Amino acid sequence: MIRTMTTASALALLAGAASAEGSLNIYNWGNYTSPEMIEKFEAEYDVDVTVTDYDSNDTALAKLKAGGHGFDIVVPSGNYVPIFIAEGLLMKSNPNEMENFSNMDPRWVDVEFDPGREYTVPWQWGTVGVSVNTAVYDGDINTAAVIFDPPEELKGKINVLPEMNDVMGMAIHYLGGEQCTGDREVLRQVRDKLVEAKPNWLSMGYSTIERLANEDIAASINWNGASMRARIDNDDIAFGYPQTGFSIWMDNAAIISDAQNVENAKLFLNFIMEPENAAMLSNFARYANGIQGSQEFMDETMAQAPEINTPEELADAGYISKNCPPEVQKIYSQIWTELTK
Amino acid sequence: MDATTRSRALLLAPALFILTVAASGPLLIVFVYSFLTPGDYGGVVWDFSTQAWFNVIAERDFFTEELGWADAHLAVFWRSIKLSLLTALLSFLVGFPTAYFIATRPRRSRDMWMLLIMIPFWTNLLIRTFAIMELIRNEGTINTVLIAMGLVTAPVQMLYTEFSLLVGMTYVYLPLMILPIYASMERFDFRLVEAGYDLYASRWQVLRRIIFPLVKPGVIAGSILVFVPCLGAYVTPRVLGGGKQIMLGNLIELQFGQLRNWPLGAALSLTLLVIVMVALLIYVRAAGGEEARHG
Amino acid sequence: MARPFEVTRQPGFSAIAIACFVLLYLPIVLLVIYSFNAGESISQWEGFSLRWYASAWENEQIQAATIRSVVIATGASLIATSAAVLAALATTRTAPWRGRTIVFALVNQPLMVPEIVTAVALLIFFSMIKVATGYTGLWYLILAHAAFCIPFAYMPVRARLQGMDLSLEQAGADLYGTPVKVFRHITLPQLWPGILAGAMLAFVISLDDVVITEFVKSAGQDTLPTYMLGQIRRTITPEINAISTALLAVSILLVTAFFFISRTRK
Repeated sequence: MIRTMTTASALALLAGAASAEGSLNIYNWGNYTSPEMIEKFEAEYDVDVTVTDYDSNDTALAKLKAGGHGFDIVVPSGNYVPIFIAEGLLMKSNPNEMENFSNMDPRWVDVEFDPGREYTVPWQWGTVGVSVNTAVYDGDINTAAVIFDPPEELKGKINVLPEMNDVMGMAIHYLGGEQCTGDREVLRQVRDKLVEAKPNWLSMGYSTIERLANEDIAASINWNGASMRARIDNDDIAFGYPQTGFSIWMDNAAIISDAQNVENAKLFLNFIMEPENAAMLSNFARYANGIQGSQEFMDETMAQAPEINTPEELADAGYISKNCPPEVQKIYSQIWTELTK
Repeated sequence: MDATTRSRALLLAPALFILTVAASGPLLIVFVYSFLTPGDYGGVVWDFSTQAWFNVIAERDFFTEELGWADAHLAVFWRSIKLSLLTALLSFLVGFPTAYFIATRPRRSRDMWMLLIMIPFWTNLLIRTFAIMELIRNEGTINTVLIAMGLVTAPVQMLYTEFSLLVGMTYVYLPLMILPIYASMERFDFRLVEAGYDLYASRWQVLRRIIFPLVKPGVIAGSILVFVPCLGAYVTPRVLGGGKQIMLGNLIELQFGQLRNWPLGAALSLTLLVIVMVALLIYVRAAGGEEARHG
Repeated sequence: MARPFEVTRQPGFSAIAIACFVLLYLPIVLLVIYSFNAGESISQWEGFSLRWYASAWENEQIQAATIRSVVIATGASLIATSAAVLAALATTRTAPWRGRTIVFALVNQPLMVPEIVTAVALLIFFSMIKVATGYTGLWYLILAHAAFCIPFAYMPVRARLQGMDLSLEQAGADLYGTPVKVFRHITLPQLWPGILAGAMLAFVISLDDVVITEFVKSAGQDTLPTYMLGQIRRTITPEINAISTALLAVSILLVTAFFFISRTRK
C-alpha cells in the first residue's frame, strides 16, 4: 500500500500536475462535502478520495497538532486559519498561482486571515444572524434585541448557538463594542446582559433547523444557510441581520503541511475553484462559495434566497470574524463559563 | 514467587496490559498536564504552574479583580453529583423489578427477555437520544397525547430541564443496572423463598431478607456502573439539557475545546476522579462490611 | 378454586417490568417510523417514502462507517471480555492479597475518567506511536475501545463469580482434573450468564462511543457515531434512522435465527 502510494506520487511528480493517480484524504466538517463533486473529481483524475469528519475547529486543530493522522486537506474556519498557520500545520501551496484562481471573487482574495491567498481556497461562507418566526413576532428582526432584550412574545422560545465567539461577538456589537475588544467596561456590560438574558432562552444548542421548522423555538442565533433550510420547511421563518453588527465566516480548504498526497491535494484545490464544482458544493451544503460565475450552476432556491444574498442596505454591518488575542480570549472564557454553568 | 501468585499474575496480565496502555498510562499525561500552563491556542506550554488547580475552586473576577469562589464550577459539580445519584436510584427502582421479572421467567425464555433488553441499545446513542427528545418536547408525542386526553391544557415543559436529563440518562444507563443484577439473580434458588414463606414471612420480608442480600453484589456492580459514567456524561446533557444545564463532562470538554484551557480541563477531570474514588471507597466499604456481617 | 400460591411473585414487579420494556421500545419505534419519512426531518412527519433507504444504500461513507463500527465493537468486546474474565478469576473468591484493591481500582479506572480526558490523552499518546511506527490501522481504535469496555465486562462476571459455589470445582480438582479442565467443564458453564452479560454490555458500549473514537481515529476511520457527531452542527436527516433500522432488522433476524436453532437442538 505504502509502496503504491509512493510510486503514484513519484509518477505524479514526473508527469507534472496535470495527471495524478492514487488517493486523497480530506478531513472536513461532517455533512459538508458534496458526494457528487467528489465523484466527479475521482472520475476526472482517477484519484480515490476518502472523507473523514470532524465537528469543531478545535478538534481538528488538536488532531493535526498531534500528528500521525494521515490527512491531506483540512477545512478550517477563517478565524482559525492564522492559528493553523502559526502552528505550522498548513502548507504554503500558493493557490494564487493556480489555473482557476482567477475565478475567485476579488472580495475574498485579500482576506485578513490569509492575505493574497497563499494557503487557502474558499470552501463556503456565510453569516451569523437571527432567525425569527414572524408569525410569533412581527416586529423588526434586523436586531440582536430579539435575543438579548427579547419582546414578550419570544421569551422562553429562544435558542442560542453554543458558539462562544459568535455569541460574544454579537453581544459586544449589540452593546456598542467591536469584536475582540478587551475593554473591561464593555465586557462587564456584556456579561451582565448575557446573564440577564439567559432566563429568557429555552436552550443553547445546535439543531436549529428542525426546531425552528416545527416551532419548538421561535427565535435563534443562527447561520444563514440553516435559516434558509428552516424557511423552506416553514414559511414563517425569516432571517434578520443585526444592524449593530453581524459576523461573516468563511471555511477554507488548505493542504496540511505533512500531507502525503500533495499533488492530488493541489489538483483538488484548483478543482473547487471551478465555478461548476463550487456550485455543487453550495447546492449540497447550502451556503455561498466565493467563486465567481458559480451562481448560474446553483439551484434556483439558493440563487434567490434572501438569507444567502445579504440585502445591500444591511451589508455594511457585517464584519469578518477573526481570531481574538489570547488575553482577551481568557476573559471571554470566564464569561462563557459563567453563562453556561 | 509461589504458584498462586504466578497464576494470578498470568490471569491479570492481559487486562492490566490493555489498561496500562490505553487508560492508566494516558492518565499520567493528564496528571502532568494539570501542572502546566495553557497554550495560547490549546495544548500546553511546558512551564510548571499550579494555576489550574487553583482555578478549579477559585477565580479572580476580570472586572472587579476580586478573588472569589469559582461558583460556576461548583454549581456544575453539584448538579452532576445530584443527577448521577438520582439516575442510579431511578435505574435501580426500575431495573431491579425488571431483572427479577426476567429471572423468574421459565429458564428457556430468559435469554430472549435479556435480548429484548439489549436490542434497543444496538441502535446509536445519539439517534436514540434524539428520539427521546422527540417524545418529550412540547409539540412531541407525550404532550400531544396528554393534551388529546384532556389531562393538561398546555404542554408540560419537560425538555431542557433536569427532569429530561434524569429520564435520558436513566434510559441510556438502564442495562448497566439490569444486567449485573440479573447475572447474580439468575442462579437464585427459589426454594429458599419457599422456605421463607413456610416460616410465615411476608412478601416484603422475603424480598428484603432473603432475595436482596443474595443479589447484593449485582446491585452494587450495577449502581457503580450507572453512577460513575453518569458523572462524566456528555452526549445526553448536550442534547437533552439544551446546553443550559451542562454537566461535568461538558464543562471539561469546553476546556479542551472552545475555552482552550487544557490544564484546567485536566485538573477538573482529576478532581472528578478523586470524588469518584472517595465515593466508591465509602460505598464498597459500607456494602462489603455488611456482606461480612451476613457471613 | 383458589389460585395456587406463586412463590416468585412480588406485587407490582411485573407491571414495572412491562412498563420498562414499553418505555425502552418507545423511542426505537419512533426512530423506525421516521426512517420512512418523506421529509428531511427526524421529527416532522411528511408522508411515507423509502428515499432515505435509497440514499443510505448509495452513501458509501455511511455504509463503511456502519461496518467499521460493528467490526470495532466485535473485536473490542471479545478482547475486553476475555481479559475481564481472567482478571475476575484472579480477583474474586481468593483470600485477600496485597494489591487487590489497586487492581480493582485499575480495572475500573476507565469508568472514572470522563471520556474527553482519556480521548485527549490517547490522541497525544497514540499519535506519537503512529508517527514512530507509521502504522495507522484500526487496532488503535480496537485497543482503546477494549480498554474502556473492560470494567463493563468485568462487573457482571465478578458479580456472578462472587456467589458461585466453590465445592463443585474442589470436587473436580479432587478427581484429579487439571485446572484447565476444571475451568472448562465446571467453572465456565456456571459463569456463562455473567460472561454473556459482560460481552453484551461491552459490545453496546463500544458501539456507542463517540468522543474517544473522534480523537483516536485516523484518516478514513469514521464510525457511525462520529459520522453523526459531524452532522450535529448542520442537520441530522432520517438517513441515520434508515441505517439504524436496517441494522436493527438484521440483528433481530440473526437473534431470532440463533434462538430457534438453539431451541431445536435442545
